Amino acid sequence: MMVDPFVISDYCIIRQNRVVKNGNTLHESDETTVAGFLTAIYRHFGINYPKFHKMDNLCKLGFLAAEVLLNHSNLKERYHGDKVGLILANAASSIDTDRNHQLSISNRLDYFPSPSVFVYTLANIVIGEICIRHAFLGESTFFIEKSFDPGRMHHYVYQLLEEEAIQCCITGWVELDSDRYEAVLYLVQKSDIHPDGIAIFEPAKMNEIYLQRT
Amino acid sequence: MKEVYIASDNIITSLGFNTVGNIENMLSGTTGIRYWEDGRLSPEPFWASLVDTEELTGRFSAFNNPEKFTRFEQLAICSIEDALSATDIDIAGDRTLFILATTKGNISLLGDGQSTFFKQEQVYLWHTARLLQQYFNFSQKPYVVSNACISGVLAIAVGARMIRSGYYDHVVVTGVDMVTEFVLSGFNSFRSLESGPCKPFDRDRQGLSLGEGAGTIILTGSPLSAGGIRTGYGFSSNDANHISGPSRTGEGLYIAIRNTLEKNGLLLDYISAHGTATPYNDEMESVAITRAGLQEVPVNSFKGFWGHTLGAAGVVESVAATYSLAKNLLIKTQGFETPGITNPIHVIGANVEKEMRTCLKIASGFGGCNAALLFYK
Amino acid sequence: MEQLIAQLKHEIIEVLNLTELTPDSIDENAPLFVEGLGLDSIDALELIVLLEKKYGLKLGTADEGKKILYSVRTMAEFIRNNNKG
Repeated sequence: MMVDPFVISDYCIIRQNRVVKNGNTLHESDETTVAGFLTAIYRHFGINYPKFHKMDNLCKLGFLAAEVLLNHSNLKERYHGDKVGLILANAASSIDTDRNHQLSISNRLDYFPSPSVFVYTLANIVIGEICIRHAFLGESTFFIEKSFDPGRMHHYVYQLLEEEAIQCCITGWVELDSDRYEAVLYLVQKSDIHPDGIAIFEPAKMNEIYLQRT
Repeated sequence: MKEVYIASDNIITSLGFNTVGNIENMLSGTTGIRYWEDGRLSPEPFWASLVDTEELTGRFSAFNNPEKFTRFEQLAICSIEDALSATDIDIAGDRTLFILATTKGNISLLGDGQSTFFKQEQVYLWHTARLLQQYFNFSQKPYVVSNACISGVLAIAVGARMIRSGYYDHVVVTGVDMVTEFVLSGFNSFRSLESGPCKPFDRDRQGLSLGEGAGTIILTGSPLSAGGIRTGYGFSSNDANHISGPSRTGEGLYIAIRNTLEKNGLLLDYISAHGTATPYNDEMESVAITRAGLQEVPVNSFKGFWGHTLGAAGVVESVAATYSLAKNLLIKTQGFETPGITNPIHVIGANVEKEMRTCLKIASGFGGCNAALLFYK
Repeated sequence: MEQLIAQLKHEIIEVLNLTELTPDSIDENAPLFVEGLGLDSIDALELIVLLEKKYGLKLGTADEGKKILYSVRTMAEFIRNNNKG
């Protein structure tokens, strides 16, 4: 029997005030703001990374989802940094921060655009923040879709894995649009390196995980 | 390996509305970067390469009503229309894919509070892609690559992958971005703008020039008659160093270049660099190029002609680079006079004929991203 | 002067999102960049915005900027010398 070459070894969902990893709720919050919730997650997991506080909400969300996803994954011991890929997508791009930047230039009498805001007006910066944190140098791409399409993500990631452009991939959906947010990240590994995956890396399984109640 | 051909292309910038028009201006050493005083875009005067709005509107009127489409959408549509007019590939049907590359799309709608015609929803990039899909009757859901300044190169690499994987026969890749108050103010806050036309790789360079434009490349798996330029493999990589400053060792770009050359397995004749003319970018690129052993390979930057067209850059520059490849004609680096990088790479300072078989397009962007893509004939 | 320095520390923490620092933990004589707080290029640009927005002072050249932004004290001195603090 042919063994499927790639597995979903872990996943993390941050949605509706909960942090879920591999089906287990790791943290629940009654914070009423997105920013408050994200900071609460940071503190709950005892993360020590001061640069976190400079990030915009989208990057904080993606960073935290990756942090939880990769905890105990020992990726460094199994893969070279340049063989770990990051393929993400969302619908709103960086619109949340875009609005902040727009606000800073909306009044010519109080016109002070901020470089630390402007740098976050690109959706792919969340990939950059995750790469810096974990020293990932592999293939990375940020796509925009109206809604999460696991089949499409799977299609592209599978091509990269099959081509051996990467051997491992963090992929998924990191979306934030004012107070609406949702992060669903999958860690995809080669089954000969990580045989005990949660599921085969295939669209149906990705969709099942995405749709689970949180 | 399945070949991926370039069927046709288009460039729209300050220097013209098609590829040939742009190239002619570039060969005669004309820069499109000008001095502007426009209070709607900036409280201070600025230098930038802007598409002639009147001409754009005039040309678009031949296709549709310009009042019903944003300037961004008009740019995209005109570019795709022009590229389509030069090929008889049938793009209808489910074997054709459309990929849009852009950093900010219709972002100017955020500030357009008074606009009564355009919906706020149009600011979302998926909406723009969908609008273009419907306009051209592409049956398949389009991809949108929004990955800072490497979006254009990445989109072409993704498109080539899609054809090679057998899922699609044709891919229309279009990169578009505009000079807006949003972007101009942001780069100003970074103090990274040149006060004049930018000077890639030059000793006296101070910063980049912003530009806007649209570029389209139509890729196909169908062999064409002789002279067809082909798109090889391309790779991206992250510096994992800083979200806005490039790695001093050119780590990510070096990896992308190395992977691209190894996979394609061809000797390199020419490099179309990113060459934004900021002190750090050009220095980093020269480091990466040298680390890859390519310091003798002729290299240029097109940004002295068009400025940095952001999401469009990877596409318009690839079109110009493949034109050079097809005609065996290297175009000089506008704005470059005296070398100003610590690794002496071979910057093309004057137009020159050269027999070429391959060309490498490279790009880097905010977020530490880098991309490299090989074209060949 | 000491009051200006104390105020600057608060402002620096705020504009640079140095959430995990308190004003007491910042040594006004220590370098802000490279060593000391280890701020980066974006932080430098933000401090330039702070000087402009809050104190109405524009920096000239990059070299001038380096000297002024060396430490909290040099920033305070610049503000005081330009009669803005």
